[in-house]
Amino acid sequence: MSDALCFGGGVKTQLIAVVVMWQWLKQLYHRLGSPKWFYEITTGWIPWLAVLSVIGTVVGLVLGLLYAPADYLQGNSFRIIYIHVPAAILAQSAFMMMAVAGAVYLIWRMKMAAWVAKVIAPIGASFCLIALLTGAIWGKPTWGTWWVWDARLTSMLLLLFLYFGVMALQQAMESEDSSYRAGAILSLVGLVNIPIIKYSVEWWNTLHQPATLKLTEKPSMHPDMLIPLLIMIVTTYVFFALLVILRTRNEILWHERKRSWVKQILES
Amino acid sequence: MSLVTATIKRDLLLAARNPGEWLNPLMFFLMVAALFPLAVDPDPKFLSKIAGGVIWVAALLATLLSLDALYKADVEDGSLEQWLASGESLYAMSLGKALVHWCISGLPLTLMAPVLGLMLALPDDAFWALILSLAVGTPVLSLLGAVGAALTAGVRSGGLLLSLLILPLYIPVLIFAASAVYHAGIGMAWNGQIGFLGAMLALALCLTPFASAAALKLNLSR
Repeated sequence: MSDALCFGGGVKTQLIAVVVMWQWLKQLYHRLGSPKWFYEITTGWIPWLAVLSVIGTVVGLVLGLLYAPADYLQGNSFRIIYIHVPAAILAQSAFMMMAVAGAVYLIWRMKMAAWVAKVIAPIGASFCLIALLTGAIWGKPTWGTWWVWDARLTSMLLLLFLYFGVMALQQAMESEDSSYRAGAILSLVGLVNIPIIKYSVEWWNTLHQPATLKLTEKPSMHPDMLIPLLIMIVTTYVFFALLVILRTRNEILWHERKRSWVKQILES
Repeated sequence: MSLVTATIKRDLLLAARNPGEWLNPLMFFLMVAALFPLAVDPDPKFLSKIAGGVIWVAALLATLLSLDALYKADVEDGSLEQWLASGESLYAMSLGKALVHWCISGLPLTLMAPVLGLMLALPDDAFWALILSLAVGTPVLSLLGAVGAALTAGVRSGGLLLSLLILPLYIPVLIFAASAVYHAGIGMAWNGQIGFLGAMLALALCLTPFASAAALKLNLSR
């Protein structure tokens, strides 16, 4: 009996915590919907994000390029990993963020979400391109060729095509609202397809190509190599946040240019 | 539901009265496949190796070509607005449109593919794999393509844009279908690939009409 009561009390406090968190999230969400609130709160963030991304890049690259030991197989050429891997990770998660922001616009018609989704597309595509280019540069000394139809390379290439599709569709639409909605629908369809594409490409590759050109299987990375990589990954996320915030602020200023608060900012 | 069946009947009738609409993609299919022996190598040994892939790429391009017209006329003459105003389920409507598209593009392609197989020296064992993979795979192409067609229906010169949007989404179908044909040709099991194609078809049947319906509404708001 007492056990049951205790249990009941535990559930109750958990429920209260969930409700409180839900309320807080709802508040945050409603605030995020206000361009003015977003503009004002991010004004203070920009210098911090900028300083953080500069420091992170310098520390990560110095540690990675100068202090990390050379790879026993690939020598110094492996060091491009400190740019390649963060860019590749970001290209993938940016697509997810774009699709989620698009869904928020489709469902709740929140203008901010549409602007964020629009702004992410070219940034995500750029990171995807960086990942492909650094991959090609890395492939030359390691595999002896700029390009192989490796599963991961191919699925990154297809991700880039998906980004191009979303951007081309947004540009082709005449009205602004339909460009946001069309981009959101396409990125949601793409999001469902990304895992299918990824696994089908991997499956195709394992069938067609024996593992002649595989990357050396990474045994758990040495910490001296791993820590700079983690620093670079976090820094790339910070840098991405900075870019998205800066460009979203531009969108806000442009779309709200007739509002009095924007006029005040522009005059001062 | 009556409106949906009426639309399906109307579209089939329109296709019957205007045979160019579905014959032209078929001829395109034939011609593209004929380019490969001319351009690469007419040696039957080589051809039999690439036949499945070539036929599938040609079928995919022919499908893309016929997709552009799927919703164009309905947007231009106002039928789309009538559907939206009628309150009938857009999900059923777009599903019906995609099925009609398959009947006039995927089905004839499937029926014609064995002829191309003969011309490209497809191995004897691979014919059933080719026909089955086309029968299960081309409906996926029609369903996915219908989303793209709905998105670009109101865009001027949407055809090229449509290909840009849809081609990356077609890759999984192409991979599994071509590999089924290839493996049948070298005497290996190919039922797994057909199974994957069937799974994709089930997924596309359930989900793509939602996206098509959302995209169709977008043409009204402009």
